[in-house]
Amino acid sequence: MMGSSNRIPGKGNLSPAKTVSFTFDGRTLTALEGDTLASALLANGIHLTGRSFKYHRPRGILTSGPEEPNAVMDISRDKARTQPNVRASVQEVFDGLNAKSQNRWPSLEFDIGSINNSMSRFFPAGFYYKTFKWPQSAWDKIYEPVIQKAAGLGVAPEEADPDSYANQFAHCQVLVVGSGAAGLTAAMVAAKSGKRVILCDERPEFGGSLLSETQTTIDGLKATEWIAQTLEELHSLSNVILLKRTTAFGYYAHNMITLNERVSDHLAAPHPDLPRERLWQVRADQVILATGAIERQIVFPDNDRPAIMLASAARDYLNQHGVTPGHNIGVYTACDSAWSAAFDLKEAGIEIVAIIDTREDIDAELLGRANDLEIKILKAHKVTATTGYLRVKSVSVEPLSGGARQKFEIDCLIMSGGWTPSVHLFSQSRGKLKFDEANGRFIPDVYAQNCICVGSCNGTDELSDAIIEASTAAGEKHQLDIEYAPSMDGHLIGSPHNIDSNRHSASFVDFQNDVKASDIRLAVQEGMHSIEHVKRYTTTGMASDQGKMSNMHGLSIAAQVLNKDIPEVGLTTFRAPYTPVSFGSIANHSRGELFDPTRRTAIHSWAAENGAVFEDVGNWKRAWYFPKAGEDMHAAVNRECRTTRDIAGIFDASTLGKIEAVGPDAVKFMNLMYTNPWDKLGVGRCRYGIMCREDGYIYDDGVIARLAEDRFHITTTTGGAPRVLNMMEDYLQTEFPDWKVWLTSTSEQWAVIAVNGPKARQIIEPFVEDIDLEPEAMPHMSVREGKICGIPCRLMRVSFTGEVGFEINIPADYGRSVWEAIYAHGHPMGLVPYGTEAMHVMRAEKGYIIVGQDTDGTVTPQDAGVGWAIGRKKTDFVGIRGLKRPDLIAEGRRQLVGLKTKNPKTVLEEGAQIVDDPNQSVPMKMIGFVTSSYWSEVLGQSIALAVVENGHSRLGETLYVPMENETFEVEVTSTVFYDPAGERING
Amino acid sequence: MLLIHCPYCKEDRPELEFHGAGEAHIARPENIADISDAEFEKFFFIRENQKGLVFERWRHLNGCGRFFNAARHSVSDKFICTYKAGEAKPEITEEQLASVLPPARGDK
Repeated sequence: MMGSSNRIPGKGNLSPAKTVSFTFDGRTLTALEGDTLASALLANGIHLTGRSFKYHRPRGILTSGPEEPNAVMDISRDKARTQPNVRASVQEVFDGLNAKSQNRWPSLEFDIGSINNSMSRFFPAGFYYKTFKWPQSAWDKIYEPVIQKAAGLGVAPEEADPDSYANQFAHCQVLVVGSGAAGLTAAMVAAKSGKRVILCDERPEFGGSLLSETQTTIDGLKATEWIAQTLEELHSLSNVILLKRTTAFGYYAHNMITLNERVSDHLAAPHPDLPRERLWQVRADQVILATGAIERQIVFPDNDRPAIMLASAARDYLNQHGVTPGHNIGVYTACDSAWSAAFDLKEAGIEIVAIIDTREDIDAELLGRANDLEIKILKAHKVTATTGYLRVKSVSVEPLSGGARQKFEIDCLIMSGGWTPSVHLFSQSRGKLKFDEANGRFIPDVYAQNCICVGSCNGTDELSDAIIEASTAAGEKHQLDIEYAPSMDGHLIGSPHNIDSNRHSASFVDFQNDVKASDIRLAVQEGMHSIEHVKRYTTTGMASDQGKMSNMHGLSIAAQVLNKDIPEVGLTTFRAPYTPVSFGSIANHSRGELFDPTRRTAIHSWAAENGAVFEDVGNWKRAWYFPKAGEDMHAAVNRECRTTRDIAGIFDASTLGKIEAVGPDAVKFMNLMYTNPWDKLGVGRCRYGIMCREDGYIYDDGVIARLAEDRFHITTTTGGAPRVLNMMEDYLQTEFPDWKVWLTSTSEQWAVIAVNGPKARQIIEPFVEDIDLEPEAMPHMSVREGKICGIPCRLMRVSFTGEVGFEINIPADYGRSVWEAIYAHGHPMGLVPYGTEAMHVMRAEKGYIIVGQDTDGTVTPQDAGVGWAIGRKKTDFVGIRGLKRPDLIAEGRRQLVGLKTKNPKTVLEEGAQIVDDPNQSVPMKMIGFVTSSYWSEVLGQSIALAVVENGHSRLGETLYVPMENETFEVEVTSTVFYDPAGERING
Repeated sequence: MLLIHCPYCKEDRPELEFHGAGEAHIARPENIADISDAEFEKFFFIRENQKGLVFERWRHLNGCGRFFNAARHSVSDKFICTYKAGEAKPEITEEQLASVLPPARGDK
C-alpha cells in the first residue's frame, strides 16, 4: 500500500490492488478489501483507538478477535445507521465506513476526562457503592449529570433503526460451532456420513487459528490449502449449511442454539432487500463445540498502553492482513505460541528487541530457532514497567529472582499469558467444568446435553489430537499427518510476579471496565470472599466483552489473596449472549405493525370511512366515538348518548367473545361453568351469566342464548374469550372428560350489530325475515334464528344500554353490508353510530358492570351486586365452595355502589380513593375507590361506580374523595342512575 | 426452549406451541361444596413446587388443544415422559430419574 511501511509485501491474504476508503475521527484513510477496521488502522500506523471507561487512559488495539476490550468504536453509514461499541477487530472495512473513537472530549489525543487517571486513587474497587450514598441532593446535581457522563463508552443512535432483520428456524443432525482444524474436521466427517450439518463461525473466513499457521502442513498441504480443499468439499455437499460471520451466542435447553449471522455489515452498498442480520434458532440432535481458545494478556504494571497487544493478534495481523503492529517489537510471554509470533515477525523483517519469558525451562527447539534468528532471549524475567503515553516507548525488565534492571526502547510490545479454552457455550448448556491444575485452566468435564467439545476448547492443544478427537466425535476416527504444529504450552494467570509492585502503577486485569489487580485485592480485603461478590464489587468481567480475557486473572488474584485453590473459589456463571447481539436481531420482525397483531372487525372500514376515532381494546381496534365537524370527544359522546336514548344508535359489538357449546350434556356443562341455573332456560331465551373461578371471584360475564336443548350461544367479554375457553376446555378435558359437550370459538365468525333505542325495532324490521319482532312474540332476553337482508342470522333481543335493543349476529363476511343497509334506512330517522365511550356511559347509567373495570379479581358476585345470578339450589358450580370462604362472607367487604358528587358538574377520576373522614391525619384510611366515572348528558350530572367497604349498607351516606388540591364530597347511591324501574327496555 | 412430546399428536414440538398449566394430579373434589376450609385450602392454594421431579400439566394450545401431563426434572428441565390427561401418575424408576438429573459438579 502507498506510503505505508506497516504493510509487509508478500505477507497476508489480501490483494494490494483492491483498496477501500474509510474515515477514522474524520480522517480519510485507505485500507485493503478484507481488512478489519483494526488491521486497517494498524496499517496506517494508528494504535490509539479510544479512551478507557473510568480513567480515560489512552487505549489501543489489543486483540484480533471478538474478545477485544479496548478498540470499541462508533461505526456509521448514515445518521440512523450508527452503532456504538463495535469491536474494531471484528468490523470489516468497506468503502464509506465512518469510525469514531468513544469516551473522549474534545479529542482522542487530548481528553479532559483523563484527569480521572491522576485521581485514580479516589476511584477504588467498590467506588460506586462507597460514593453514591449521600447526600440525597448529590444524585441530581453530581452523580447523575457529572459522574455518569464521565464514565461510559458509546452513545446510542437517536434515530429509529431503518434496517430489517430476518429470522430462521433450522433443524440439523449436527451443529458444529467453530471452523478451525477441529471444527472443519468434525463437519467433514459428519457431512460425509450423510448427516444434515450446519457449520458456523463468527469470523469472515473459515479456518480459525489455522489461518495464521504459515508453517504447519496437514497431509502435506499448507494449512491454508487444507482449509480451502476442505471447504470446497463441504460446499459441494447438499446436506451442509456453511455460515460465516455467524456467532453462536446462546445455548439453551434441549439443544436449542441461537446464531447471529451478520449479513450486510461488511458491505459498502448492501442490496436494500438484504436483512442486516439473521437470527438462527437451531435445534440440533448433536452439537459439536470447536470454539477454540482465547489468549490472555499478562498482568503487569502499565500493561494497557497503546501498542501493547496480544502475541496472537500481532501474528494474525501479519499473516492474514500483511500488517505489522510495529518495527521494534518486544515480546513478553509465558507461553510458546508467542515465540511463533516473534519468529514470523522477525522473518518478515521486523526487529524483535527481545523475548522476555517468565519461564526458566524453555523448549530447546524454540531456543534454537531464536538463536538462529539472532533474537535476544531473557529467561525467567518479568516486565516491571513501561513508558509512553499515546504509544508504548519502552519496557523495563528484571530477573524474577531479582537483579539488574534493563530498559529497552520499543514501539510495540506483544504478550501472551497463555490460552483460556472458550467454554462459554459448554457452560451455557449447563455442563460442568473441572480445573486443569497443570495448565491453569477450566476445561469441560460433565455434559448436560447431547454435546461434545473438541480441540482447544476442550484443552486438547495438539493439532493431531484435536483432529482425532473431532473426527471421533463426528462418528469416525481420522488421523492426519501434521507437521510443524503450533505449540500452546505454558501459562501464567493472575499476577504472581507483581504483587508488591508500585501501587501508583496500574496492572490491568479488565481493560474494558478499568479493573486493576489492586482493585481485586482490595475487594477481597474488604470482605468480598465469593467470586460473584468480587465480580460485582469491582465490575471485573461485567463489560461488553464479559471478561473473556480477564476472568481467569481476576479469579487467580482473588484466590491468592484468599489463600485458596482456584477451584475452591469457583468461576462466575457464563450467560448468553457470548458476544453482544443487536436488539434489532432479537426484536426481529416484532416491530411496528408486526409487534403485536391488530384485530379489526368486519365493520372497521365503515367506521374508519365515517370519521371514527379508535381505541385499543386488547388487540382490537374499536370505534371509540364518531365526531362530527367541530365536535370534541365530549360533545360527540354526549350527542351519541342522547340520540340513542331519544331515537336509536347503532354499535359494532363484533369484538364480543363468542363460544358455541353443543352436546347432550351442554346444559349440565353450563350449570357447572356459570353460577346461574340453566335447566329452566327455555329454547329461544337468553340469560345474563356470571362465571367465577374456584376461589369465588368473578372471572367473566356475558349473555348466553339457548338455541336448542343441546346448543348454547355464549358471549364473553371482549378480552376474556381466550381465557374463558381455556378454562372451559380444562374442566371438560381433565375433570369431566366423559361429558358429551363440544366447544367452538366463534368470536371471529359472527359480526355483531347492536341497534338500541326507542326506534330500534322500526329500523331493523324491513330487513328481517321469518322472525316476529313484536314485543309479545319476541320479548327482552330472547333469541330467534331467521334472516336479515336475506342472510341467515341469530337475532337477540338484549340490551347494554337500558333501551330496547337488538343484537344481530351475521356471518362476518356480511357484517359491513348488513350494517350499511340498516344505517341507510335508519339514518333519515335519526339513527346514529355510537362508539365504545357512549356504550360505557350508557351502561354505567344503568349500573351494568364491566368485568375487569368494576371488578379486579377480588370481587364476588355479591360484592358486585349481582348475587341474584347465583343459583341458590345448585349443588355444584365452579366457585361454589370458594364463595363460602370465611373472608368472602365476612363483614366489611368492598361492595359496588353508585356515587353522585355534591357538585353535579364534578367528574371524579377513575381510581380515586375514597375516605369517610376527610379531616383525619395522613395517611388516611382508604375505604374504597372509584371504578367507573362519566359525565351523563342525559341526567345532566356526573355519575360514578365505586367499590366501598360495606357499600351496600351505606346508601345515602356522604363520603369524600380527597384529591391533590381539593376534596370532593359524594353521596352513596344505587348503581342504577337511569330509568331505575327498567321500563324502557321492554318497550 | 424446551422440546415437548405431545402424547396426542405423538410428536416433539417446540415450547412455543404449549402453555404450562400448573401442578398435575390435583383432582377437584367430587363433593366440593361440602369440603372443609382446610380441605379447600389444600385443593386450591397449596402446591408442592418441588425442586427435582415434578408432575405438571401442559396444554398443546397452539396445536391439538389437548391438556396432558408430564414428568420433568425441574433443575435439568429434562422430561421423563408425557402422558394423556386422566392416565394414572406413572411410577418413575431410579434409572429414569438418573437419566434426567443435572450433571453433578465436575470439580471438587
